[in-house]
Amino acid sequence: MCAQCNTCRLFLSIRSMNESNIPKVEMRRISKSFPGVIANDCIDLRLHKGEVLALLGENGAGKSTLMNILCGLYRPDQGEIYIDGQQVEIHSPRDAQKYGIGMVHQSFKLVDSMNVLENIILGLRNEPFVPDMKRVRKQLMELASQYHLGVDPDACIWQLSVGEQQRVEILKLLYRNAEVLILDEPTAVLTPQEAHELNRVINTMKQEGKSAVFITHKMEEVIEFSDHVMVLQKGRVVAETSTSETSPKELARMMVGREILFQIERKPYSPGKAILELSHIEALRDRGLPALKDISFSLKAGEIFGIAGVDGNGQRELAEVVTGLRKSIKGTLKIADKDMTNKSPLEIIREGVAHIPQDRASVGAVGDLSVASNLAMKQYRSRPLAQGIILLPKRIVEFARRLIDKFRIATPSPNTQVKFLSGGNVQKTILAREIGAARSLIVAVYPSRGLDVGATESVRRQLINMRDDGLGILLFSEDLDELMQVSDRIAVIFEGRIMDILDAGKIDIEHIGMLMAGMKTEVD
Amino acid sequence: MRLVFEKRKATSISALILVPLISFAVSLCLTALLLTIFGADPIKTYSAMAIGAFGSLHGFAETLVKAIPLMMTGLGVAIAFQLKFWNIGAEGQLTLGGVAAAGVTLFLEQYLPGPLLLVGALLGGLLAGALWAGIPALLKTSLNVDETLVTLMMNYIAILFSEYLYYGPWRDPKGYGFPGSRMFASNAWLPRIVGRAHIGILIALFVALILWFILKRTRWGFELQIIGASQHAARYQGIAVERNIVLAIALSGALCGLAGAFEVTGISHRLQQGLSIGYGYTAIIVAWMSQLNPLAIPFVALALAALSVGGDQVQMVMGLPAAMGTVMQGLILFPMLAGSLFTEYRLLAVIDKKGSLPG
Amino acid sequence: MDFVTSILTITIRAGTSLTIATIGEILTERTGILNLGVEGIMLMGALTAFATVFYSHSIMLGILAAMAIGGILALLHAFLTTTMRANQVVSGLSITLFGTGFSSFLDKGLGPESNNFRLVGLRAERILPFAPKWANDIPILSAFLNQDMMTYLVYLLIPLAWFFLYKTRPGLWLRSVGEDPYTADAMGIDVTKTRYLYTIIGGMLIALGGAHLSLSYTPGWSENITGGRGWIVIALVIFSMWNPARAVWGSLLFGGINAVQFRLQASGTSIPANFLNMLPYIGTILVLVAITWWEALSKKVGAPAALGSSYMREEK
Repeated sequence: MCAQCNTCRLFLSIRSMNESNIPKVEMRRISKSFPGVIANDCIDLRLHKGEVLALLGENGAGKSTLMNILCGLYRPDQGEIYIDGQQVEIHSPRDAQKYGIGMVHQSFKLVDSMNVLENIILGLRNEPFVPDMKRVRKQLMELASQYHLGVDPDACIWQLSVGEQQRVEILKLLYRNAEVLILDEPTAVLTPQEAHELNRVINTMKQEGKSAVFITHKMEEVIEFSDHVMVLQKGRVVAETSTSETSPKELARMMVGREILFQIERKPYSPGKAILELSHIEALRDRGLPALKDISFSLKAGEIFGIAGVDGNGQRELAEVVTGLRKSIKGTLKIADKDMTNKSPLEIIREGVAHIPQDRASVGAVGDLSVASNLAMKQYRSRPLAQGIILLPKRIVEFARRLIDKFRIATPSPNTQVKFLSGGNVQKTILAREIGAARSLIVAVYPSRGLDVGATESVRRQLINMRDDGLGILLFSEDLDELMQVSDRIAVIFEGRIMDILDAGKIDIEHIGMLMAGMKTEVD
Repeated sequence: MRLVFEKRKATSISALILVPLISFAVSLCLTALLLTIFGADPIKTYSAMAIGAFGSLHGFAETLVKAIPLMMTGLGVAIAFQLKFWNIGAEGQLTLGGVAAAGVTLFLEQYLPGPLLLVGALLGGLLAGALWAGIPALLKTSLNVDETLVTLMMNYIAILFSEYLYYGPWRDPKGYGFPGSRMFASNAWLPRIVGRAHIGILIALFVALILWFILKRTRWGFELQIIGASQHAARYQGIAVERNIVLAIALSGALCGLAGAFEVTGISHRLQQGLSIGYGYTAIIVAWMSQLNPLAIPFVALALAALSVGGDQVQMVMGLPAAMGTVMQGLILFPMLAGSLFTEYRLLAVIDKKGSLPG
Repeated sequence: MDFVTSILTITIRAGTSLTIATIGEILTERTGILNLGVEGIMLMGALTAFATVFYSHSIMLGILAAMAIGGILALLHAFLTTTMRANQVVSGLSITLFGTGFSSFLDKGLGPESNNFRLVGLRAERILPFAPKWANDIPILSAFLNQDMMTYLVYLLIPLAWFFLYKTRPGLWLRSVGEDPYTADAMGIDVTKTRYLYTIIGGMLIALGGAHLSLSYTPGWSENITGGRGWIVIALVIFSMWNPARAVWGSLLFGGINAVQFRLQASGTSIPANFLNMLPYIGTILVLVAITWWEALSKKVGAPAALGSSYMREEK
């Protein structure tokens, strides 16, 4: 029970007595925690009929967790849910469906090889043994035209663009008589044109008396789509207001608002020559859409260059281009003045580049192999770990023990399989291996994601040590605190572009917040 | 309350040892049950099997005869499985290995005097097997075609081809209509040690050691282990994944091909029917039961061979069907398959928490 | 004409057991479960049917017994692969190993004393072909109508299976489980139950295919009665691209080649026969390559995307 709640409860009960309008959805005092982190801390949410609510916040603010609870994927530790004034129990997506709640997730729940009609009725128990596809088609097309969700019912999902697939997801919910639609980062995968169309769809839904909640980190969306906005920060509601009564600047401040922390102790900033130079780099996502659209910057030796931005704006692709795991279709990449554009990962590794990847569990470390093996994975090709083609197991274990000590990796033995280590220790293993082998540049992608305080501290300390030793560090992080504590310069990435590069000493939090949300500098 | 499988937090050594042991015990009981139903005394049967397989020099030799191809193909299959490449084509690779060995022997007799003929035959077997496995490997790495079904299909093509040869162009004109090639020249006979067991056993044991060494002590073996565990991780460390897969699978096929070469040069001394009695498929079971460890494979192969030979003996001594051995092999597997889950997971009872609490 | 008709007749007879078993395996694989135990299940089905008919003199009982055995063996496979998450390839091969051994084992014990307790060489009631008299002289058509009850069953089974898979709600759910079990689960479909159900049904049909061999085609029992047909069925499933309607072409092809081979062997040459026999397998590989390549571009045709992988929902 949070101390604030008794106060909330009092206010709420007073308010609800005065309110003649029963909210469509009400979530009261919802709390949910996972091991090591409080995702939702006593959150109240109200959504009225015909209203669109935006949930705004950085990564990890708790928005997705809250909505997953509403649509039945998670169970709250505490709190109640009310639909049309009645308390309900939502234990599964089917329950949620019963109450008219549906969610469109970031990864769509569609079977690629089946067509739209089949996906629409998939899982519906009230369809007859032999579904009357003509009737389904008719119903679907009616809904489609009613809500401006044009789609070809016979097309297979793999043939559709992401925007069209999203439309199918929305139609699925409407076909199941959803009254409340939850959309998770809906415009993340849409073109601006498609985003406009989505707006039209949402407006039509409002007119039909349906409600919507959408999760976002983009200011534009909030302003354009919503009636109300609720800002979450670290699991708590920090602000709640109607959209017309606020401005992007204010929202940005609410979203990232915090005290400015002092930087971690380090040597004075005296950058050397350029270690990494990107010039007009363009690259595509896996699906063929553009991910990087003209990236240029220069990273110097002895500097930590931070990249701020909400995940999904091109960070993964940028890290992959720099480390050789992804081809760039335009532009050049230089490492220590050597042209390394589109060279193989091995060649880039040979230039002394280390990479702490985003996918800790499947790319950075190999769970089935031992800690020692994982630590050896970068330097096994030469002495002292190998002699010619033969590996020297004793040396490998020695090498491993040294790193385990130095980086304080908690493991029963060097031969324990990595899959048994905690997340923090897996990351320490990866760090130990990479930092141990780095000679020029370290690319660190969300290095302290999911780690506890102690592990996070040590990660940041290590990176600063390397920087003091004269290496260049390219640090991707969603945590502004971390970026400000650790970086010398910070660049903000949004939708594949560098919005601006700022000196860490002169950071204006609001300014960063707005850049992260896609708003260019406004003239005050 | 419901039962739930939860991933273990540490490798349970006890599970790794207990599971195979318990499975073996369970299968012994199941078979005993079966025997009793059919009116045979289980203890007598088991001892007859053991004596049959190991009790006499002749029996032991026969056990070795069956164990050798199981070892070689088991080792081959194990490499492939290490890379998560499901090579079901050991049978076909073995067959073509035998065909190639026969081909060299029958047609290059003039050019390869003395022991060279035998060496050439064995090399031929290696190459043929490597090639036959290389094709599905390339299909997988370049076009992402599923290897399970392709290798399976290629077994039939190989077997049919082999049949065609010894029924047709390679048929012994003096064979009295018996389908099979003529007998090989004696310098192409793999020397025997005891009974029909030949020096292939030494080669097989040697290969097991080498394979273990490669996997555990060389850079290449290390790379293969990484590729098998996570192709992403391998790529990220700069390892050439596709090239290594093809090489390793070719090696896998080569070993199976060598097994086939052993069979024709060591046992039958001609190309004829019955080259393989399903060794390629049993090899998969050998590899799996050994948990892909090259050092364990010879033992498991020996055990399964013993079951087979023991079964034959039991037929003669006790009038029970020879298929006993095969049945037992199957019965061991089921508890082991079921038990394999427990090495990774624990069974737990979970009490549901209610969604919301008052206050 | 007569030659063609007679070839066709044999082909259809030969293809019957293949087709039934193929449809069974298609249903199983469509849920994402690869069952390599077909050969073992067919053998057990053949043996069980024959032994049951021999003693009970009832064909119906024999068929039911075979299907029961098939269901039980398939249940074992489903249990091992779905609940115990064991390796599907090894599990299927184990069933083949067991089925091959056990059928041989039973053969030597289930027979009557007069025949040395063996089943080989015995004669029992057969499923006889019957043909309407009026069809006897019509070429081609008489081939289709000069068949036994099971073949007529197959004529029905193919369109029924096709209709079930593509036009009914349970069929839709079945396909979704094999294509994308995570989405199926998210949409409220019980993945585990579906896999169990259709693996068992598949096993029953496979055993039924085996029964046709011992009760009609051969008839009788011998140790190698299937002659590797179980493996052919696995090829046929790919060849028909997991579509019951296409299963018939594959069976005709394999069955036809078998039939033609008989004729050729009778005339003294077996040389081209082996290469003819290879064609279906080569064809299957080509189909597989084509599908995979197509899939990279399209995803419309292809193996069920989740074939061979196990599935476990994350606990929250």
